[in-house]
Amino acid sequence: MVMGAEQNSILCKITQSQIDMQELSDFVADPAAGAMATFVGMTRNTNEGRQVTRLEYECYPGMAEKEMEKIATEVLQRWPVKKIAMIHRLGRVDIGEASVAIAVSSGHRHAAFEACHYAINQLKETVPIWKKELYEGGELWIGSQTGTVGSFQKV
Amino acid sequence: MRINLRFFASLRERLKKSEEVREVPDGATVGTVWELLKQEYPELIAIEKSMAFAVAQEYVDKAHPLQDNDELAFIPPVSGG
Repeated sequence: MVMGAEQNSILCKITQSQIDMQELSDFVADPAAGAMATFVGMTRNTNEGRQVTRLEYECYPGMAEKEMEKIATEVLQRWPVKKIAMIHRLGRVDIGEASVAIAVSSGHRHAAFEACHYAINQLKETVPIWKKELYEGGELWIGSQTGTVGSFQKV
Repeated sequence: MRINLRFFASLRERLKKSEEVREVPDGATVGTVWELLKQEYPELIAIEKSMAFAVAQEYVDKAHPLQDNDELAFIPPVSGG
């Protein structure tokens, strides 16, 4: 759980539904903000030569939100950011649809861009969420392919 | 003591289960349980280097000591985003 003053500055959510960008921008809106940076990750129709048909996401419920909140809290400490919202979708995500969205507001654009970039990079490294790629001729868990080592090197 | 195990994503599919309650000796660590699992499922050796562990929903290393009723999650490489 996010505590104290940061409670009103952080929105971290896992959802089974389509991501509503308006919800993110409404949350980070702030009279003292002169900038809002957003990142949206979407399902791409190709990956490493495969014709992707859709992605399916799952998470470790509870821990996924906690790890997202850690990132958001760190962002507020490291940059002069007003508010941050992070939403990740689970289940089936079709081509062109958003699986993740982040919005950051700040007084000036530099902090918003940097913080948003940092937040998505950290999310991909530490938040216990997994994507299965379904492609023409098969399916695989991204990061767990036999013979390769995933990007996650925390232990 | 009893430990609640959780398996996700590729690991859940390999083991064909998402959770298990297991009796382990007092003094067991995360590594103790991982070694037991490897003996039962030798194919886990291939993915050992990329495996992460969490107890009570916090990342821990293999030396982390377990307590009765802990929830121990096995976390294959994450791929959110």
